[in-house]
Amino acid sequence: MKAFRTCPTTGLSVHRDADNLIKAHAVVATVSLLVGGIAALLVLLTRWQAIHLLDSVWFYRILTVHGMSMLIFFIIFFEMAVLMFAGPILLNSRVPAPKIAWGGFGLMVAGAVLVEWTMWTGKADVLFTSYVPLKATPNFYLGVILFAVGALVTVGIFFASLVVAKREKTYEGSVPLVTFGAITAGIIAVITLLHGAAIYIPTWLWSMGLMNVDPQIYRLVWWGLGHSSQQINVAAMVSIWYLLATLTVGGVVLNQKVSRTAFVLYILFISMASAHHLLVDPGMGAAWKVWNTSYFMYMAVLASMIHGFTVPAGIELGMRLRGYTQGVFGWLRKAPWGDPGFSSMIFSVVVFGFVGGITGVTFGTEQINIIAHNSLRIPGHFHATVVSGTAMAFMGVTYYVIPLIFRKRIAFFKLAQIQPYLFAIGMLIFSLSMTFAGSFGVPRRHWDISFSGAPFDVQYSPAVDIVMAVMAIGGLAGILGGAIYILVTVWSVFFGKPLPVGEEENYADSIPQGLITKPWTQIPDTDRDPEAPWNIGPVPGTVVLVGVFFLAFVTYYFANWALLSFVWKVG
Amino acid sequence: MYDNGIQPAMGVWWKPAHKTEKVWIAIAFAWCMVLFAMMPIWHLKGGQNPTGIRHRVEPADFEARTNEFIEEYRVGEEAGIPIVEPPAGSDVYLVGKMWQWTPILRLQEGATYRLHMSSTDVNHGFNLYPFNINFQVIPGYDYALDVTPTEAGEFRIICNEFCGVGHHVMVGRVEVVPTSDATASAGGAE
Repeated sequence: MKAFRTCPTTGLSVHRDADNLIKAHAVVATVSLLVGGIAALLVLLTRWQAIHLLDSVWFYRILTVHGMSMLIFFIIFFEMAVLMFAGPILLNSRVPAPKIAWGGFGLMVAGAVLVEWTMWTGKADVLFTSYVPLKATPNFYLGVILFAVGALVTVGIFFASLVVAKREKTYEGSVPLVTFGAITAGIIAVITLLHGAAIYIPTWLWSMGLMNVDPQIYRLVWWGLGHSSQQINVAAMVSIWYLLATLTVGGVVLNQKVSRTAFVLYILFISMASAHHLLVDPGMGAAWKVWNTSYFMYMAVLASMIHGFTVPAGIELGMRLRGYTQGVFGWLRKAPWGDPGFSSMIFSVVVFGFVGGITGVTFGTEQINIIAHNSLRIPGHFHATVVSGTAMAFMGVTYYVIPLIFRKRIAFFKLAQIQPYLFAIGMLIFSLSMTFAGSFGVPRRHWDISFSGAPFDVQYSPAVDIVMAVMAIGGLAGILGGAIYILVTVWSVFFGKPLPVGEEENYADSIPQGLITKPWTQIPDTDRDPEAPWNIGPVPGTVVLVGVFFLAFVTYYFANWALLSFVWKVG
Repeated sequence: MYDNGIQPAMGVWWKPAHKTEKVWIAIAFAWCMVLFAMMPIWHLKGGQNPTGIRHRVEPADFEARTNEFIEEYRVGEEAGIPIVEPPAGSDVYLVGKMWQWTPILRLQEGATYRLHMSSTDVNHGFNLYPFNINFQVIPGYDYALDVTPTEAGEFRIICNEFCGVGHHVMVGRVEVVPTSDATASAGGAE
């Protein structure tokens, strides 16, 4: 068997090991998503007080499973697949030391299985955060350590593949923007995983009675893992936005300098976000909180706002250059909304920005956190970022990975086409309802907000019942969307029909349109001012969109200051 | 050639930005400065800040201090939990312990107290219902905040940090009495 095949769609050389590693990581990611999704359903049906399915022991147990399976296993396995794509494949290169890469994968799987085992057997009812001194069995911490070491090995292989590609001259010029973004994700992953080692190794020793761990220091270092790992997601997700923009509509990069500088801002500052979780903690002073929660005067927020402009602007220009020039939003109306890769990308950009981004910056403001910390507003925020943003983008790119890497057609393509709509709208309703319920003070991670058995009664506003029911309906729609995704991907990969080389145009009913029309090849190179080639055309639609975004941001931010000013004086 | 995300960037790509892009970056940068400035400004002008006074404390010492405080100002008991009515301006102690907040506090509207919070076992979360005020309560740390109840009424303290299987029953109570009643009932306490 040859070590390389040539991709018939993109012309890139695809290394067999990269192919297989991507497949393996993607399959395990999907299994994790299934486990986490079942847990999501059980958690949802318990928090919906009308059903209140699980007892309190199993509720917290399953909530632990949900957090670990989704936020750690699903996301990081998928990200490792993204790295193997953005490195060896986009650079026409090979995977160096494939045996070590498989070793890393094996460690990650072993760690994940060990963690799942301890959780399901009730030996680790400590939730995702496992705040010391709540104690789990030592094997829980050991499993996380194994997983983190395995992930570090894979990230190392990714970096090695960059060196090999450069040395073997498999590409010319500078690495593609998508690879550049993946490199930033890889660097943030190293920072994150080192924090993980720095906290889980002492905690593992503590769980065996060998040393002490201070609860406040645990929170500080643990969030260096817990929040920074979500910043790997941000960098990987933005890379996928640029990737899908090119593949689905021929999106262009307005300016390499601007987009790449924005990625570098992520590396420099985004790891300071550990502070977002410690704003109403006793261990840190005001200067520390203000400085760190703002990621060095909001330079990481600036980075996201830059991508929030350049991604839609690149899409708009790509469409306009291909002839969709009518009016302000003609390019958007004529976009391929039936392409699940395209619709996923748009939902990911919009919900991540409008809901996830705005709520995140607002709740992460030192004083506003007083009226947000540990309420349902927080999971409302991060389901909009990690689920509607990252997971949605990952789902969208899967619809391209299946034909490109697995060489299979998409099974149940009609279902795949509606999947992003169901998932995005369901999760949007879910996140907004959670955020709204949280502003009444409804706590997160709570088995029973009717407080039965408590010494004093608590009666939330009747609005809370309605909001929680709406949340449940949105959540169920989102879970159904997730289930369709799993059905479509698993069926396509294991039982799907092969996609014969060079016959893409015959299968418009079962692969995304971008692979047939190849829009990135249709961009004409005309109408550019030779004196100022960077002024590559107006983007009125994007200007309107970011204007609306900015107004929403300012309004929500100051509305929260107003809400804060009404509560008791405290300081 | 126009650049896209999947092809290498050729030649020198360090070029001036698109005009609209520049304007947006300038707006975003200015907004980031506003976001940053708001926090120090609220420290100077605002009434709600999470800083307070913070010390390490041995959990046993904090519990002992809380018990002294309870003995000094105890005025009754409800659901087996002591009710305490400290004078305005005093130091008030609240301890979180699986799965109870001790004691019940009776405070005066408009008076300021120094509220010390800590835990003797695991992390707990202080959430004041129906106002949505939240603080983290961590064993080994005394978190003292100056609080001023701005409104009379019945309040609850709901634990909002997972603290074990009885987390959901961890509800405490705060009563804020109007200024006129407070002077009548607590007269001479100082």
